[in-house]
Amino acid sequence: MKLPTVAAGAVRHERAEAAPMVTFERVTKRYGSDAKSFTALDDVDMTVGRSEITGIIGRSGAGKSTLIRLVNGLEKASSGQVVVDGTEVGRLNDAGLRGLRREVGMIFQHFNLLSSRTAFDNIALPLEIAGLDRAAIKAKVGPLLDLVGLGDKAERYPSELSGGQKQRVGIARALATSPKLLLSDEATSALDPETTQSILALLKQINAEFGLTVLLITHEMEVVKTIASHVAVIDKGRIVEQGPTFDIFTAPKHETTRILLSSALGTNLPEWLRSDLKPEPSAGDRILVRLTFFGATAFQPLTAQLVTEIGGNVNILAGAIEEIAGEPFGTLVVAYPATPEVLERANRFYAATGLSTEVLGYVA
Amino acid sequence: MSPEMLFGLLWKSLLQTLHMVAVSGLVGSLIGLPIGVFLATSGKDELFPAPALNKAIGLVVNAARSTPFIILVVAIIPFTRLLTGTSIGTTAAIVPLTIATVPFFARLVEAAIREIDKGLIEAARAMGATPMQIVFKVLLAEARPAILLAFTMTIVSLIGYSAMVGAVGGGGLGDLGIRYGYQRFMPEVMLAVVIVLIVLVQLVQSAGDALARRFDKRNRKS
Repeated sequence: MKLPTVAAGAVRHERAEAAPMVTFERVTKRYGSDAKSFTALDDVDMTVGRSEITGIIGRSGAGKSTLIRLVNGLEKASSGQVVVDGTEVGRLNDAGLRGLRREVGMIFQHFNLLSSRTAFDNIALPLEIAGLDRAAIKAKVGPLLDLVGLGDKAERYPSELSGGQKQRVGIARALATSPKLLLSDEATSALDPETTQSILALLKQINAEFGLTVLLITHEMEVVKTIASHVAVIDKGRIVEQGPTFDIFTAPKHETTRILLSSALGTNLPEWLRSDLKPEPSAGDRILVRLTFFGATAFQPLTAQLVTEIGGNVNILAGAIEEIAGEPFGTLVVAYPATPEVLERANRFYAATGLSTEVLGYVA
Repeated sequence: MSPEMLFGLLWKSLLQTLHMVAVSGLVGSLIGLPIGVFLATSGKDELFPAPALNKAIGLVVNAARSTPFIILVVAIIPFTRLLTGTSIGTTAAIVPLTIATVPFFARLVEAAIREIDKGLIEAARAMGATPMQIVFKVLLAEARPAILLAFTMTIVSLIGYSAMVGAVGGGGLGDLGIRYGYQRFMPEVMLAVVIVLIVLVQLVQSAGDALARRFDKRNRKS
């Protein structure tokens, strides 16, 4: 399978170090008049690396829709600049914008397929818009249908396709003009978990095979965890944290990130336990600690060693092992007596092994 | 009245009605279509933003639609004479019928286009489509079933309107019913006219529905 004319892949990899695909520099977006204006984006600085999958995560209303629409000029920044592959989007005239948009594909939460067109004709639409003739269109659409696994559904209308199949048509349509960048606007939010995984796998495959840069927005940590190599967390129009996904997930610094993460990682404490949690210990209490394993510690039998060190009086209350951006990552919530003697032994053990820990509180 | 005579009158009137409705329906819709598209796309932040012109045309359309048809027929007699050289007869009747069709159809087209999911327009913009490409490849294509139904509704309304153009000697089935059935106390003529009109409207509606269904791919089951 070959995406038409992505032979430029090699060239792109060379330029990977040269400059990011997308740069946001001090971007602010305000809606409405001065009197009652609403600031959707506030002084955003961010970069999207070439041939990488970058996720922007935030709750609804955080500004992520606006952010992604600045990239292809569907929205205009109030101040600051958005640079896509060396071109400053805000300076383009209408014709220039249309040219840029042919090099930037976009997929949507609700697919946005034309109900009056078959799968084939939906994928052909951007090519018709670009002015290709029927023969050239046919030569491009066929391989795209195969790429997204819908070779046998060419003549089906959207109403005859499942949600996952519709999004596959959407992806093929976005790739039709051989873009250098794919924007994904909550592309899996309307799909069930299984279909979500298959669509994410397809995006990952396209990214790996063709070196296509992907910028996605989502409110689901699961999506970022599965495919994004880099992530930016947005809250109330500000980027509060950004970096490699693994780093952000294993050592979240901002409260918003932690809240978003707790739902994605299996580290939520049971309700009964959380309500009993006290910030300060009293005599006879047990301490609750969250242990985080990654990198070198992920594969060592540290739990058994911990039990040996402390003397068997350890409860395991919650735990999970996940894969984040392709790396293993485990968390474990344990409880043991908060006596000075036990605490000291435990802390010595943590220091010796390099385990990262977080004290959650105390329970009676 | 002999059956042959009744049949002859009915046939002649039917042809007059068909003539008036066909010409005014086609011409009026052809003029109304772009106006409807403009009304649906020229608001603030839309494809062809021109809010002032949008408002102005909207006002004219509303004014034309709120004028009772029978008053429109008489009011525009000078214009009709200018256009056709006469103010009476079937040809003259086509002018007010066409003028009544334009705003009616335009509003229906506007509604049909506004029904289209804004996401489709955004998707087309994101592909680099020009506003004109969006109109032809997205809006008109997606609204086609609704526009066909709007056209059907327009034709059915025109059949009703055409009954009033007897006032300017336009002829047609309605005029036949009034002059013979009502003024000459011939209930059988009235009954025949009503039956023919019912059959005609049924035929038009069925044909329109079938055509719209053919182009509507929204509820196909695999």
